[in-house]
Amino acid sequence: MAIDRIERTAKEIVLTVQEYSLFALRAFQNLYRPPIYWPEFLIQCDIIGVGSLSIVMLSGISTGGVLALQSASTLSAFGATAVTGQFVSLTMIRELGPVLTGVMVSGRNASSMASELGSMVVTEQIDAMRALGVDPSRKLVTPRIFASIAMLFFLTIVADASGILGGGAVTVFMNHQNGTQYFSMAWEHLRYPDIIQGLVKPLFFGYILGSIGCFYGLRTTGGTQGVGRSTIQAVVTASVLIIFVDFLITQLLLAMFS
Amino acid sequence: MDNSTASTPEPPDPESAAPPVVDLRHVSIAFDGPPVLDDVSFSVAPAETRILLGPAGVGKSVLLKLINGLLRPDHGAIHLFGQEISCMPEEKLFPLRTRTGMVFQEGALFDSLTVRDNVAYQLIQERVPDEEIDSRVHEALSFVGLEETVSLFPSSLSGGMRRRVAIARAFIRHPELLLYDSPTGGLDPVTCTTIIELIVKERDVHQTPSLLVTHRLQDAFTLCTHRFDTDQGCMVPLPKGQTNPNTSFLMLEEGRLIFDGSLHDLLHSENPFVREFLE
Repeated sequence: MAIDRIERTAKEIVLTVQEYSLFALRAFQNLYRPPIYWPEFLIQCDIIGVGSLSIVMLSGISTGGVLALQSASTLSAFGATAVTGQFVSLTMIRELGPVLTGVMVSGRNASSMASELGSMVVTEQIDAMRALGVDPSRKLVTPRIFASIAMLFFLTIVADASGILGGGAVTVFMNHQNGTQYFSMAWEHLRYPDIIQGLVKPLFFGYILGSIGCFYGLRTTGGTQGVGRSTIQAVVTASVLIIFVDFLITQLLLAMFS
Repeated sequence: MDNSTASTPEPPDPESAAPPVVDLRHVSIAFDGPPVLDDVSFSVAPAETRILLGPAGVGKSVLLKLINGLLRPDHGAIHLFGQEISCMPEEKLFPLRTRTGMVFQEGALFDSLTVRDNVAYQLIQERVPDEEIDSRVHEALSFVGLEETVSLFPSSLSGGMRRRVAIARAFIRHPELLLYDSPTGGLDPVTCTTIIELIVKERDVHQTPSLLVTHRLQDAFTLCTHRFDTDQGCMVPLPKGQTNPNTSFLMLEEGRLIFDGSLHDLLHSENPFVREFLE
């Protein structure tokens, strides 16, 4: 019995991965095949990009501030509080900026995509769209995925800048250190590989959160309860995948730049 | 299966008529359990209206979705406009679907769009000029008697009005086939009659072939025993004893097609399930 259950679960996981891969591939291919729905893309850019700006800035400022606080207390033991700026900027740009933005935006937008598309599925609006000769993958999925990629790229830059500013504010006003020193350390030790690392990651994270949100939304079954289930699955899967893929990309990029 | 032919009135002879618009051959489908449809075969000829009867949950809506390529059968072949669609890739199905009009059970209107944008959905996707869209939307909404709702959202319409907007959306491009999924389900008798009148009007004015799913016998009989009078602008009963020769019946029982014939055949069927359903 237990083996049967394990076998069934394993098959379901493999099937889900297979369906997701085909779904994500198709959404990507749609970018090269007309019609491309530019108005939908711009609307999604507004929802994802402008809509997430405040939470990304706030979380960036807080994280930068916490980093400055924590690092200053640890570095003071070695008499190295001068490198707080370098520590905060490198951590934000290489790691925390992209991951934090990815997780925050997936919490806000992967859930909204899953619930919106899920509601459309249970009210037969997706079937109606297909019956009217419109491909939901092109009309709904592709614009959401590519808007997520484009906006996550810019939101990550905003999060990085907010984090460094937040760290600077804590350094100056709470740790009573020199602000010029903080910002010059933050700037001078920054290298192109660090920036490339920080800006490549959001491209992957945007693809993950957009495609996972749409995938679970379009797979919704079981009425309004099903919509809730899809929303939870989308947020959890997107967040976990972002963190896992971050580990893989970091390893790959570090190997490339070492 | 009871498949006798009526002597009066004479239904169209499928052998001598033009190729069918829809043709199902031994179609079966199941979803994680016993088959929902099992070895179903029938066809819809040009200008023919077929009424699919059966109790709730018997697979009627699934059958409509199969015909429009929204679902794929496990076995059998489905021909739509002469093309085999059961294995056709989704991309190739979209152009075929634009030639059909489908009215969903609950209307399935896009709740974030106005009535105008819902009705004109296909035209907007095809980038038809705004002036033409407005005139065609007006024409379609006039057909269903809802011109005044053009700027409203579906949430502010009643159930019957939503169903009529869905009919207008299905009619706007003058499709070559209409699929109605329980268009009167859950509506009051007056609204049901209004919707059946629209379906009779479309059948008699434009001669569009259609497949109508319902479990309401009264609606099915009204369709068969009435015609649309263009002079009076309303539906009128046919003379006593006459039925529309292009309207015939199908009946499903537990996924199997148990009846295919005219109203006369239906009323005189010996099949116990048909008898029970009629009584």
